[in-house]
Amino acid sequence: MRSCSAECELLTPGSLEAVLCLLHDEPGLWTPIAGGTEIMVLYGAGKLTERKFVSIAVPELREITEDGGWISVGGGCSFTQIRRHVGIQKHFPMLAQCASWLGGIANQNRGTIGGNLANASPAADSPPALFAYGAELELISARGKRRIPYEEFHLGYKKTALALDELIGTVLLPKRFDDSLRYVRKVGTRNAQAISKICMAATATVKHGHVEEIRIGMGSVAPTPLRLAATERALMGTELTDAAILNVVIWEARRALASETAPIDDIRSTAAYRTLVAGNLLEEMLRTFAGAAR
Amino acid sequence: MQSERVVGQPVFRKEGLAKVLGAARYIDDLSMPGMIYGATVRSAIPRGRVLGIEFSPGIPWDEFTIVTAKDIPGKNYIAMINNDWPCLVDGVVNHPQEPILLLAHPDRHLLPQAVAAVHVRYEEMSSVHSIEESERGRTIIWGEDNVLKSYLLEKGDVDAAFAQPDIIIVVGEYTTGAQEHLYIENNGAIAMYDEHAGVTLWGSLQCPFYAHKSLMAVTGLPEDKVRVIQVETGGAFGGKEDYPSMIGAHAALLAMKSGRPVKIVYDRAEDMAATTKRHPSRTRHRTAVTKDGKLLAADIELCLDGGAYSTLSSTVLSRATIHSGGAYFWPNIRVRSKAYATNTPPHGAFRGFGAPQALFATERHMDRVAKAVGLTPEEFRRRNLLLTGETTSTGQVIRQQIDLQGWMERALDCANYREKKARFDRENPDGVRKKGIGFAVFLHGSGFTGSGERYLNSLVGVDATAEGRIRVLVSSTEFGQGTNTILCQIAAETLGVDYDVVEMAPPDTGIVPNSGPTVASRTAMVVGRLVQSAALGLKQTLIASGLLGERYLTEEFQAAAKAHIGKHGGLCSMSRYQAPPDVYWDDQTYRGEAYAAYAWAVYVAEVTVEVTTYSVAVDDFVALQEVGRVLNPVLATGQVEGGVAQGIGYALYEKVSWDRGLMKNNQMTNYIIPTSQDLPKIRVYFEEVPFEHGAYGAKGIGELPMDGPAPAILNAIAHATGEDFNAIPLLPEDIAERLAAGAPAAQEMATV
Ligand SMILES: Cc1cc2nc3c(=O)[nH]c(=O)nc-3n(C[C@H](O)[C@H](O)[C@H](O)COP(=O)(O)OP(=O)(O)OC[C@H]3O[C@@H](n4cnc5c(N)ncnc54)[C@H](O)[C@@H]3O)c2cc1C
Repeated sequence: MRSCSAECELLTPGSLEAVLCLLHDEPGLWTPIAGGTEIMVLYGAGKLTERKFVSIAVPELREITEDGGWISVGGGCSFTQIRRHVGIQKHFPMLAQCASWLGGIANQNRGTIGGNLANASPAADSPPALFAYGAELELISARGKRRIPYEEFHLGYKKTALALDELIGTVLLPKRFDDSLRYVRKVGTRNAQAISKICMAATATVKHGHVEEIRIGMGSVAPTPLRLAATERALMGTELTDAAILNVVIWEARRALASETAPIDDIRSTAAYRTLVAGNLLEEMLRTFAGAAR
Repeated sequence: MQSERVVGQPVFRKEGLAKVLGAARYIDDLSMPGMIYGATVRSAIPRGRVLGIEFSPGIPWDEFTIVTAKDIPGKNYIAMINNDWPCLVDGVVNHPQEPILLLAHPDRHLLPQAVAAVHVRYEEMSSVHSIEESERGRTIIWGEDNVLKSYLLEKGDVDAAFAQPDIIIVVGEYTTGAQEHLYIENNGAIAMYDEHAGVTLWGSLQCPFYAHKSLMAVTGLPEDKVRVIQVETGGAFGGKEDYPSMIGAHAALLAMKSGRPVKIVYDRAEDMAATTKRHPSRTRHRTAVTKDGKLLAADIELCLDGGAYSTLSSTVLSRATIHSGGAYFWPNIRVRSKAYATNTPPHGAFRGFGAPQALFATERHMDRVAKAVGLTPEEFRRRNLLLTGETTSTGQVIRQQIDLQGWMERALDCANYREKKARFDRENPDGVRKKGIGFAVFLHGSGFTGSGERYLNSLVGVDATAEGRIRVLVSSTEFGQGTNTILCQIAAETLGVDYDVVEMAPPDTGIVPNSGPTVASRTAMVVGRLVQSAALGLKQTLIASGLLGERYLTEEFQAAAKAHIGKHGGLCSMSRYQAPPDVYWDDQTYRGEAYAAYAWAVYVAEVTVEVTTYSVAVDDFVALQEVGRVLNPVLATGQVEGGVAQGIGYALYEKVSWDRGLMKNNQMTNYIIPTSQDLPKIRVYFEEVPFEHGAYGAKGIGELPMDGPAPAILNAIAHATGEDFNAIPLLPEDIAERLAAGAPAAQEMATV
């Protein structure tokens, strides 16, 4: 441990209301800590700049509920909860899948979806599935609640729409993708306990061989997790069932992808590799969809 | 052979229960009264002069014990072969993370801040960061030419062989990267000093007497005032051969200055950045072969990156040189080898010790030679593998009854090699998943090289306690590989007593004799044999004294031992190493018996290369080896499985990212080793041809499994992709770069 616990302060107010009050009264002073699986890594390495923490491990944030057309996942739900939830497995299998890919078992037991999103790593594993499923977020503070599409959450590298006194209260998932085609894949540095070099999830509706709706999320190809809006636009209405046309579609899609992504060289991979594999995954996705649509 | 009761049986590990119950105590579990904690201030530059050291305000410096090179009472070096490795920087820095200054304080949490508050000012000098740069010699950082050591091994007339008509010449260059040991337990030590007893060191280490020798040099204390005790050690793999002498000397210096016991335990980031790794290598092969596939001559040039100081590089290079010829008969061979200095933390011992580098090159190259002469890898090897009676590269006659051709066939059968090869050839063109199968045939010399064992002159004892327990006295240590268990098995077998009544004497230089370092796959074969003869001596003493009959039960043996102790005050039998007869070695010409014995192996790997992500999965692995005698089948199988896993890491995952001599990815998130999810079923098979001078026929086994996986896997990848990859680690990024050149790129599609 390169940090000194005596220098840190941790409050455990115990209820959501008390947490929100604290965050509101002294905005920016207290850093929320949920599972701690991001924070404690920095702590161990002596790289944590914050000193004051408030535990947001409160029951109000740990529920998964189903009502009407939505499943609501509390921001404090662990990936184990998500992975095991029958409703999520049924309606949002790619999210359950991504949860199962995140770190190891211990990590899934502690790490939360709120922490995964708020930490805002471009390599995080849950964002692609959330883009693909059209998720929305409910942000909460002592001032009240507001609801935003997940697409509007990431503003830049490690910058989010969260105000200083706000928490991710709920992740909302619309149950309208049961009949969609889907594709999900994580390319990590190894098969388990791996940070993604690329992670991708997509849903699509293909009618009479034509793409009617498509949503694609991708990680590690830009400063933030990305919804591939340009690629989606390029694919809307295209025909997948004719082999010759499909090749052109794939080429157009790869080009659109290149236009909206900017992978980098880092300690885990290279820009060249990410560019190539992102395109390959996109192609694999389209061939899978085409196969299913035929 | 089958009548043995204990040897060859899967008896439990001696220390297994304590480990499983969490009762085993490692260095960081130990505490001494009044103990304080030490930390190390390390260099931030690869090379330069230290101009000054400043202590920033805000830290209660008067509470700290501070040690610099000036405080060293003895010699400022870690005693090894050349004594060129400073214990603490004295004016000149030669690599990043070099220890400059030591701090100790009762509150360990204050240490990171204090380390950060020490500012060292430097005058930077130009530095060298690759074999090529070192070879070019524009900047000289060691000796006159940056060469830490060189060897020339020659057999036959290589130049004449290459001048022959009608031959095929195949050339190739092969490179391997550094590898981090990643033992579970980081390096750690506790030292205590008092004027009368001198220095006592407790450490997580492999070689108590190596640390003993270095502590004597650094402290200037005599032999009997330095005591080294190995505590339970959480893995080593060679990484705790030399570095414990460094961290141990640091703890001792702080203990001497502060007058308090001092503990230093590295965290993972420090351990990875500052301690040794496997030597990176570059090997060039030029091979002359007849048109019908008989090897005529090899001209091999092998280079290692040794890091900033010579440390163990000469011996690693020696083993690499000797293993370069592989398991083949060469009428003519020349190996020119050099270890170069670079401004990197010194590379050190790592399971295999030069052989994995050499054999990667050789076994990858042999597949390419086979292809060049139009033979399958197996048929080409069949024509050239060593036979009993033939000579190795050093001219050593193989006296053992070996059957490499037969063992190769058995391994290939176990892997269903021929059927799979044909099927993959048929199916690969259509898929995005390309399958391949490849193999390697190799050898590993057991024990110290050449005259090494004679210099070590190991001494071993077996004694009995007043309670009638039997003890094995050796400085050979347990660090997960099974030393305790096999040596107790050997003693129990020889004495004719139950395994349960035999135990290991504490690995404490104040108690046990020097049976040599726990390295070089020597423990089972060399030390085991000495335990066997010491045990035999003990038994004969009891029989000769009339206290024991020819046939007895364990209790009767114990009673006789007690009676003997009652009468004579003790019962102990010692045995000293004697070289097997007919062993001849010339250190100058590198000719003769390089090793008392070789272990042999054939490893077969099956892989899938997925061309969407360019990732490689090892799907199946057959590991067949001849190791003389399997002393404990569970431990032996574990050694092979672990070695293969480590070899898979070496081949496909483990990449040290260097930035001017500094490891950038010094954390487990970014230095990738395979998990259980990345490993195939590893199918282990043994052949046993007992070696007459090993314990119950045993030869070395610990390092062998590290040598074969990388070439077998890369040969399989070559089969799958049709591409020659000749560098490890081979990451998906590297495969992508090569394969993408031929893939339907976006530009080509533009014409559709
Ligand atoms: C060994 C290991 C392996 C890992 N593997 C993966 C992996 O494969 N894929 C992956 O994506 N991640 C991985 N992670 C990262 C981490 O586990 C996840 O990002 C996890 O979801 C973080 O959640 P947490 O609750 O632990 O976050 P914390 O560490 O508690 O918090 C992280 C950040 O989010 C903020 N925060 C937390 N909750 C909220 C909230 N509800 N509202 C607003 N802000 C909040 C905190 O203030 C902090 O800034 C790994 C981590 C480790 C240690």
